[in-house]
Amino acid sequence: MKFRSVILALAAVGAMTAALPASAVTVRYANQGDLKALDPYTLNETTTIAHLGHVYEGLTKRGKDLAIQPALAESWETPEPTRWRFHLRKGVKFSDGTPFTADDVVFSAERVRAPGSNFATRLPPDAKVIKVDDHTVDIVTDKPNPILHYQFDGWYIMSKAWAEKNGAVAPTPAAATTPSFASLNAMGTGPFTIESHQPGVRTVFKKNPNYWGKMEGNVDEIIFTPIANDSTRVSALLSGEVDIIEPVPLQDINRVNGSPNAQVLTGPETRTIFLGMDQARDELVNSNVKGKNPFKDVRVREAFYKAIDVDAIKSRVMRNLSTPSALMIAPEYFRLAKEFTRPKADPERAKKLLAEAGYPDGFEVGMNCPSDRYVNDGDICRAVIGMLARVGVKVNPIIEPKAQYFAKVLKTGGFNTSFYLLGWTPSTGDSHNVLYEIMGCRGRNGASRGDTNLGGYCNPKLDELTDQILVETDQAKRDQLIKQAYEIGNADYAYIPLHQQSLAWGVSKKLKVAQRGDNQVRFEWVVKGE
Amino acid sequence: MAASATSAPVTAAKPPGLFARIFDGDVWASFRRSKLAMVAAIATLIFFLAALLANLGPQDPFDPAQLELINSRIPPLWTADGQPPFLLGTDDQGRDILSAILHGLRISLIVGALGVLLSATIGIALGLVAGYVGGAVDALIMRVADVQLTFPAILIALLVDGVAKAVSGGQMSTPAILGVLVLSIGLSFWVQYARTVRSSVMVEKNRDYVQAARLIGLSSPVIMVRHVLPNTIGPVFAIATINFALAIITEATLSFLGSGMPDTQPSLGTLIRIGNRYLFSGEWWIAAFPGLTLALLVLAVNLLGDWLRDALNPKLR
Repeated sequence: MKFRSVILALAAVGAMTAALPASAVTVRYANQGDLKALDPYTLNETTTIAHLGHVYEGLTKRGKDLAIQPALAESWETPEPTRWRFHLRKGVKFSDGTPFTADDVVFSAERVRAPGSNFATRLPPDAKVIKVDDHTVDIVTDKPNPILHYQFDGWYIMSKAWAEKNGAVAPTPAAATTPSFASLNAMGTGPFTIESHQPGVRTVFKKNPNYWGKMEGNVDEIIFTPIANDSTRVSALLSGEVDIIEPVPLQDINRVNGSPNAQVLTGPETRTIFLGMDQARDELVNSNVKGKNPFKDVRVREAFYKAIDVDAIKSRVMRNLSTPSALMIAPEYFRLAKEFTRPKADPERAKKLLAEAGYPDGFEVGMNCPSDRYVNDGDICRAVIGMLARVGVKVNPIIEPKAQYFAKVLKTGGFNTSFYLLGWTPSTGDSHNVLYEIMGCRGRNGASRGDTNLGGYCNPKLDELTDQILVETDQAKRDQLIKQAYEIGNADYAYIPLHQQSLAWGVSKKLKVAQRGDNQVRFEWVVKGE
Repeated sequence: MAASATSAPVTAAKPPGLFARIFDGDVWASFRRSKLAMVAAIATLIFFLAALLANLGPQDPFDPAQLELINSRIPPLWTADGQPPFLLGTDDQGRDILSAILHGLRISLIVGALGVLLSATIGIALGLVAGYVGGAVDALIMRVADVQLTFPAILIALLVDGVAKAVSGGQMSTPAILGVLVLSIGLSFWVQYARTVRSSVMVEKNRDYVQAARLIGLSSPVIMVRHVLPNTIGPVFAIATINFALAIITEATLSFLGSGMPDTQPSLGTLIRIGNRYLFSGEWWIAAFPGLTLALLVLAVNLLGDWLRDALNPKLR
């Protein structure tokens, strides 16, 4: 009898060890920019959203192909055009063990629209979020909104109890100088939890044992370190110190592909890189022109547009890994994009326009530019500075890491910029987001319109079209309305779209990853082999 | 050389000036005996001349209007893809590397010279006061010096730079950046001067001529500056020369780390930082030539400083 129980015990131990993986699978990831605040409503920026998507989840999520899938909401329906009913997933627990209920959704809806949030556009300002029962939530809007749930994948649901217990009810603004509890800690329902977070140094994610879903990948631990220096980041990948880097500097793509242990995954990215100009203030914050704002004159905006040679940027700065764009949206997201062509650069015309506008000798303006956010962002800005110098405009670069950059230029920083470089991917995958958040009049007909319209461009005609586009259900008609709206924006030289950049991830050959077109590096699909 | 030889008797006829007293016959003779010192001096002179004549380069690298993006990353002229007039190639913005080096050299030399001047002024003043006054003042100044010696100079320079950046909000004009660089270097290197001058002053202040000056009723500041200082200044020149090389390196380090000169107005350190990104991508010339220039410049100045230190050392004469 005794002998048999020993055998059984041994067999049980054997079975258990066989079930467990031989050792925890750790993936080390380096990005050019750091992860500053963990508060999911602080910075509406893809890299940050991707990081936090490991810990937090929205009512919906997007798959590898960007298709909308159920997440914290199991299903949804629209009993009336203005009423959406979301059936929440039952049995989901936050990683601290508290159950997820409708109260958390109602709380997150208030928090995401509170002052200081950078995500207010994720939920229309007029939408009422009503708890029906513990696992049902209704969202009621004034007007029908067929794309309401398009960007819910980036509206992360926070625990009401956790936020209240830790004094984190109010969102942390990006311009905040002292970190809040929620910006140093994160607690959600997602597949990972944060084990440690040292801003600017490293962040360690651990697999969440209580995760409700099933992860496709086999990663137990993610160690994230920011490496701002291009060649250091590449060297770290090639030496095996990290397993995945984003982005691979364009000049090093051949070197990575030529190495035995890593490769570059490239693909078109749906992010549009553009330049914006402050058209709202009566006097620019960073300029030698006093008493008036040169960018209020459409001729000055056109001159800037015509002075910049995007083809030269493409061939010299982007090493041909960019697609010059006439629109503020990628062609993947707008069927009629090919009907637009980008006017050629014309420095002579630019000089003439500046002279006509009263600046024959140009003027001086400061330019805000991130140095670690987009592919070769600092280089693009330096190239733009050279091109504008040739038409007489002296641009003073303010090139900074993205934490400092965003703290200044965003709404929470008071739109403190005169001229800037930004990139935008509509989180809905649809033009309405661009027309509403980037090109809409700030604060008009709803507090969140134009929230990321850092230059304050405003044309009420465009806003009218935007509102029609939202409710139009006929696809062909809707496309025509969108086209009209973009034509207005282009005629006003509201922005200077430059290009869509390319994805460039450096990935160890041990890793199998899913590269999403929105450039979110997500580890739930990563499989690491030996 | 011939000119200075003939002019020597003329100066000798006059009462010896400060320089004549320092560079007396011994030093000059030692210079003429040392081939290394002569080579170093000629090299340093060439660097200074090059910086002075930087405007004769094919391009003004600080004027963005002269840069053509289409000319970016052209390799040096002697390679297959080289294009005139870019002898040493171009960087990522289409800047001619040779012109950028010449202008960068100018910034490096100006910052180095002003930094040395500032640190020598602070160091000499504090050393003089500490040595002459003695007591609590001496103790205070020298303990501050001791504390500062425990930090590497570059850390102090980074600290000064960081504070200036925070105060200005990250938007500084070029003269302001230059000023901050000079200040950070000046505040980092004063300790050696203070220590050297203090020890010389301690020796000199008990000499008869100082006692005599006191007896006739001269005030302490007059005695310190007019009588003690000239007799302690010799070693300061040796330190200053060696520190000049260190100051150039410190400026390059600060710029390399991104807290010095901006990319639009590169010094040698900034150029190396820009090139560093391309070092492994096959575009070696962007970092290599500024790096080589920096190395040669510092080597030449250092050799000169070494020789001067030995030449001024009475024990080695």
